[in-house]
Amino acid sequence: MSVSAPPLARAQDAKWIAGAAAALALWIAVYRQLDPFAGWAASKLPLEPGSHLREAVRFFIYDAPKVMMLLTLVVFAMGVVRSFFSPQRTRALLAGRREGVGNVAAAILGVFTPFCSCSAVPLFVGFVSAGVPLGVTFSFLIAAPMINEVALGLLFGLLGWRIAAAYLVFGLAVAIVSGWIIGRMKLEHWLEPWVRAVRAAPSDLPDHSLTLADRLRAGLDAVRDIVGRVWPWILAGVGAGALIHGYAPAELLGEIMGRGAWWSVPAAVLIGVPMYSNAAGIIPVVEALLAKGAALGTVLAFMMSVIALSLPEMIILRNVLTPRLIAVFVGVVATGILAVGFLFNALF
Amino acid sequence: MKTVKILGPGCKRCGDTADMVQAEADRLGVAIDLKKVTDYADIAGYGVAATPGVVIDGKVVHAGGLPRPEDVAKWLAG
Repeated sequence: MSVSAPPLARAQDAKWIAGAAAALALWIAVYRQLDPFAGWAASKLPLEPGSHLREAVRFFIYDAPKVMMLLTLVVFAMGVVRSFFSPQRTRALLAGRREGVGNVAAAILGVFTPFCSCSAVPLFVGFVSAGVPLGVTFSFLIAAPMINEVALGLLFGLLGWRIAAAYLVFGLAVAIVSGWIIGRMKLEHWLEPWVRAVRAAPSDLPDHSLTLADRLRAGLDAVRDIVGRVWPWILAGVGAGALIHGYAPAELLGEIMGRGAWWSVPAAVLIGVPMYSNAAGIIPVVEALLAKGAALGTVLAFMMSVIALSLPEMIILRNVLTPRLIAVFVGVVATGILAVGFLFNALF
Repeated sequence: MKTVKILGPGCKRCGDTADMVQAEADRLGVAIDLKKVTDYADIAGYGVAATPGVVIDGKVVHAGGLPRPEDVAKWLAG
């Protein structure tokens, strides 16, 4: 017997595909007009050409709409892709997996599995109690918040695909290696005792199949949820970037954050770890710093430590990890980020 | 009377989910006993790895993200 979607579902799918195609066409049309429009708007500014303020304002009107549009596109695409993954399915894929291969799989799945930081503890306990090795769980837990659609979308929009790809690849490397090292250290006895006592029944959640319309709707929901939540951060970030762009002296920044200053990488990590901002706020600042002569490795290290390690996250994880294990976690990940920073400054 | 449990450590979405289930039950005229489960060990015991989770009469029907109203209606009717 051939299995075909019921007519109603097919009609729904067709409607959604047509809608998505129309939205994409509109998106492209508007995007192509952004540069001419920003140029026109900037030329109308009643500001002295070459002044600091004019430079800052020009940066803002060029960047803010561009970033918002690219972010919307990436968040939508990720929303659709993520509808193919769920934490329960990822856990089933990772349970009992050997270290090494397991760390690689966990880090990659961490990018695609829907994740929210308020779910971090149930996810951690759910993974460990289902037999996912501790180090593999950590690879997931490091990759998931660090490599998210907002970070990738903004890097792609502001700094180009090369830097977005570099962030993705080196972020995965940090997650894989850090998780593997933590796994090798055999620190299971440093989990909070109750975590080891949990014997989870595997959830018997029905794996209902989604139609194409459902997946496109998931993309739209993601845009509503994520873009709706982060847009003030982006405007604030682009605004801060604009100020740096217009006012910060390039010589000074080049000296502090340039390639010549080796100590700037550890300094960037030390400042970045306790800082809490999401990718939306930090990446526009990063773009402006780069334009002013900051070294890519230093900036990348700063960005990763701000996004991957934060005080609120550690407070949440304190529910399941003893302080000693949190210290190991932060130490290993920070070391990995440090290595990425130095490597980049040496290579590029 | 259906027993509904909302699994979640008390994040915003868990509250939204609880409100949504209650509203949907009121709309359909289904009597429910709604409880929030916030203890991490209890949540883990249900085998869900993402919150909010929804448990109806002891059976996990949803995990992760806000459920859709039409799904909630289906669970309450079923």
